[in-house]
Amino acid sequence: MAHEPQPRQDDEGREAERRRRSRNIALAVLLFVLVVLFYVITIVRMGARGG
Amino acid sequence: MTPRTRQRTLEEATATVASLRDWWRLFKPHVMQLAVFTAAVGLYLAPGAPHPVLGAIAVLAIAAGAGAAAALNNAYDADIDRIMARTRARPTATGRIDSAEAAGAGVVLGLMAVAVLGLATNWLAAGLLALTIVYYVLVYTVLLKRRTPQNIVIGGAAGALPPVVGWAAASGEVGWQAWLLFALIFLWTPPHFWALALVRSGDYARAGIPMLPVVAGRATTIRQIRIYSWLVAAMGLTPWLSGMAGWPYAGAAVLLGVAFVAAAERLARSSADADARRLFRISIVYLFGLFLALVVDRALGVTLGGA
Repeated sequence: MAHEPQPRQDDEGREAERRRRSRNIALAVLLFVLVVLFYVITIVRMGARGG
Repeated sequence: MTPRTRQRTLEEATATVASLRDWWRLFKPHVMQLAVFTAAVGLYLAPGAPHPVLGAIAVLAIAAGAGAAAALNNAYDADIDRIMARTRARPTATGRIDSAEAAGAGVVLGLMAVAVLGLATNWLAAGLLALTIVYYVLVYTVLLKRRTPQNIVIGGAAGALPPVVGWAAASGEVGWQAWLLFALIFLWTPPHFWALALVRSGDYARAGIPMLPVVAGRATTIRQIRIYSWLVAAMGLTPWLSGMAGWPYAGAAVLLGVAFVAAAERLARSSADADARRLFRISIVYLFGLFLALVVDRALGVTLGGA
């Protein structure tokens, strides 16, 4: 009887883990997009000044 | 584990874990469309065309800004969204996305959008985008929405700012033409949302939101819709009257204005939900059509002028 709540706690732990992982992936994607955008903006602006 | 228990666990998991689709819905893409379109038109009409790549990045940043504002609005309104039929499937209302997570995403995305717009174009445009997000979230969502039937009248300024942001992004200044575009959307917002509120007044009443039909009744709301519809139709002509646009635009503005006013008059005669829905749909066509006409008019003007 004492072991009954265990699976539910496991489920919650797994769900929290899943949420954390998806949040980390989203942040990584966001940072990557930001880096690409800053890179493109810099290149285009430098090109415009040079031209 | 019996098949039935397994099925229940699976249902619980799907109910609580957000999918990519939930995240996408958090940013209210249908609302974003109008903001992005009007901002892009402002950017196109303004003097001094930016580099096409920077222009595209500016539109992307404005879209992200609109998405950020929507996420923050969803985070704050989760309690009332749960009560209304129209909004109860929103991911923050169902609990698939936690309100704190939604708010975090909104803040991060908003900061990113403002920074990218500032670096890609100029800081006046970035400041205006920040103002739009703050106004929508703090002034409309937090201060006005649950307090006054004038919520969408005053709050409408947030929805009217995107073309001004676009204009500033292209030219580095805000000309009177940009404020004319602002005024068009500002006047268009009340009849557009009141038409929807007429159909959904029960929903708003249950959630305790003092929309005009809930507070002042159906007849008063329809009277206000009529007044605003005439004002919108007249305002639609001002780009032509002021010399900002030519005859092709004037033709479109007259046709669209007549359709808008006719729909409002029909609603005034019948007071039927079906006619309120019709006016709501026509109002969307009106604004898209009017801004599209400005683009076509400018394109034709440039072509003819260059020939």
